[in-house]
Amino acid sequence: MSMLEIKNLSTEFSTENGTVQAVRDVSLHVEKGEVLGVVGESGSGKSQTMFSVMGLLAGNGKVVEGEIHIDGKDISPLSFKKAKEYDAVMSDIRGNDMAMIFQDPMTFLNPVLRIEKQLIEPILNHNDISKAEAKERAIELMRKVGIPSPEKRIRQYPFQFSGGMRQRIIIAIALACNPKVIIADEPTTALDVTIQAQVLDLIGNLKDELDSGIIMITHDLGVVASICDRIAIMYGGKIVEIGTADEIFYEPKHPYTKGLLDCISNPEDLDKKELRPIPGSPPDLLNIGKGCPFTDRCEKAMKICKLEMPDTKVFSDTHSCACWLTHPMAKKEGN
Amino acid sequence: MSDPILTIENLKVHFQIAGGLFTKKQIVKAVDGISFSIMPKETFGLVGESGCGKSTTGRAIVKINQPTDGKIFFEGRDITKIKGAELRQFRKDVQMIFQDPYASLNPRMTVGEIIREPMDIHNIFKTKQERENRVRELLEIVGLKPDHIRRYPHEFSGGQRQRIGIARTLALNPKFVVCDEPISALDVSIQAQVINLLEDIQEEMGISYLFIAHDLSMVKHISDRIGVMYLGNLVEVGESDDVYRRPLHPYTQALLSSVPIPDPKTAREKKRIVLEGELPSPIDPPSGCVFRTRCPSATEKCAQSKPPTVKVGNRLVACFLYDEN
Repeated sequence: MSMLEIKNLSTEFSTENGTVQAVRDVSLHVEKGEVLGVVGESGSGKSQTMFSVMGLLAGNGKVVEGEIHIDGKDISPLSFKKAKEYDAVMSDIRGNDMAMIFQDPMTFLNPVLRIEKQLIEPILNHNDISKAEAKERAIELMRKVGIPSPEKRIRQYPFQFSGGMRQRIIIAIALACNPKVIIADEPTTALDVTIQAQVLDLIGNLKDELDSGIIMITHDLGVVASICDRIAIMYGGKIVEIGTADEIFYEPKHPYTKGLLDCISNPEDLDKKELRPIPGSPPDLLNIGKGCPFTDRCEKAMKICKLEMPDTKVFSDTHSCACWLTHPMAKKEGN
Repeated sequence: MSDPILTIENLKVHFQIAGGLFTKKQIVKAVDGISFSIMPKETFGLVGESGCGKSTTGRAIVKINQPTDGKIFFEGRDITKIKGAELRQFRKDVQMIFQDPYASLNPRMTVGEIIREPMDIHNIFKTKQERENRVRELLEIVGLKPDHIRRYPHEFSGGQRQRIGIARTLALNPKFVVCDEPISALDVSIQAQVINLLEDIQEEMGISYLFIAHDLSMVKHISDRIGVMYLGNLVEVGESDDVYRRPLHPYTQALLSSVPIPDPKTAREKKRIVLEGELPSPIDPPSGCVFRTRCPSATEKCAQSKPPTVKVGNRLVACFLYDEN
C-alpha cells in the first residue's frame, strides 16, 4: 500500500481578481522508503499541492476535488462533513503520521524557546510518555541527524546554531514521531553548497533507515538527480510528466521537461553547450485556459494544444506524460 | 597581450561591528588581502559560500565599500582615492547589476524614469527626446517592448525586472559591469534567458564582467576565468574549464564535488567530498591557512603561517601542498 496517495486533487484560491486554480487534477503516490521529487518553477503549484495534503491551506484556499489517503486512511477534506472534524483528524495526523520540513531554517524555529522544548513538543503531543523519556528520545534524534554533543546543545537556543545545524534540528523534529510521510519543501535551497551536500547525505541515509516515504519539493534538478527515485514535473498546476529519475533525465517526453534539461548547465560536461532557455514566462493561473498550460511557451505547439488538455499517456509502469505530441495522430519528429 | 582593465592588489575590506566605550573592538575581515586582474572583454567568475567576501569585493570595486587597504586599478589608475571629475567618469565606466530584482528598482518610478536616471545624472544627451529614444533602444536590446516605458516595476515578473536592471546598467555604455548574483533570485528557465542576454551584450559591446555567484554550474558556463574565495581569501584562480577539470586547492575540490549534478547516473557513482563542520567566523578566523579547520589534508605547517600563493601551470593556488620550498 502506498504511504501517501493523492487522486485527482484540485485546489482553488478565491482572490479579489477571481479564482486562482493553483492545483489542477494532480495524482501521485509515494511508497515506503522512496523519495519522490516534485519539480516545478515558482507558481507551478508544487507547494500548494503539499499544503492541501497537510490541511495547511491559507484561508482563501479550498480543496475542490480529489481524494487523499495516508497509509490507507482517508484524509480528503471533502470526505468530512464538518470542518471541525477534519481539523481534529488532521491535528492528530500532522507531526505524527505526516511531517513537513520547511525551506527556511531561520524562521521555522521559535527564537525564544530552547531546542529542547521545540523537539519534545511533538513527541509529548502524540505519545503517552513522560517528559524525561521524551527528552531522551529527543537527544537520540539529535544524535541521529548528526548534531555533536546533543546533551549540551539541546539546552541551547536556535540563534546558537548555524543554518545547516538548524536544518538538522528541523529534520529531527520532523522525524520525532516516525512519520509515514515526510514532505520536504526545498529543504536545501537556503543552504550553501557544502552544507547542502551534508544535508542531502543525511536525508539519503535516513531514507534507508526509516519506514517513511519522502516527498522532496524543489526546483533544483541537480538535487533531484542526486537523491530522488522518482520525479514528478509540475507546470501550471498540473503534473505534466512523472517517471523514475532515469526516465525523466534520459528519456524525457514532455517539451517542458526537455526544455528544463536544456536550460541548465552541467558542470561535468566539459565542452561548453549552448544554454537553450525556454522563451516567455510561466502562465497566469488566474485565467488559465482549457488547453495545455505550456502551449504559449512550447515550440511544438499545435492547434489542439490550446483547445483541450491532453490525456495522460502511459509509457511504462512508472513513466507517464500529458502531451498531445505523444498522441498517435500527432506528426512525428522528422516528418 | 593587452593590459588588464581591472587589477586588484592585496585588497582588504574590514568592518568594525562593535567597539564603543565599554565593548571590545571587533573587526570582521570580510576581504583579507586578495589580488587578481580582469582582461578587457573577459568574464571573471568569483565563487564561494555565503560570507566568503565575494560580494564585498564586488562592492569595493564599484566604490560602495571603501577598502581598508590595498589598491584597485581601473585602466591603470588607482581608483581607491579618486575624487571629483575623475570619480564621475569612473562611475560612468563601471556599473553593477544587483541580485534582487524586487529590491533594486524603485517602485514609484516608471521603467522609463529608472533607465533614464543615470543619463540625467551624467548629462549624456542634450534633449529629453534623445534620452527617451535611447531608453526605448535599451529596452529593445534587453528584450522588452519599447512601449513598456510608462509601466511600473510591479507590472513585471522577476526575469523581466532583472532585464530592466540590465538596461539601466547599460544606459551609460559602461566598460565594466559587476554582476552580483544576477540570477539567483530567478526560476531555472528564466536564469538561462538572462545568462544568454548577458553573453549577447558582452559580445556586442565588449564589456568585461565580474560575475559573482554561488551557483557553480552557471558560473562555469559564463566565465572565462574563475576565482574561488574562502573566508576573505582567494584560494585558487584559473581558467574556468581547467579549474573544473582538475581543481587543485582542497577547498575547490570539496566545493566542486558538493555541486549536485543534474544527471542521475553520474550522481549515483560520484563520490562527494563532504566537508566537516561549518564556516568559521570571519571575526576570529583560524591562524595560518583559513581553511585548515575543515581541510582533509591539513598539517601543522598550515596553522603556523598563511600559505603563499604559488603558480601551478597557469593557475594560482594558495596552499602548502603546492609550495615547493
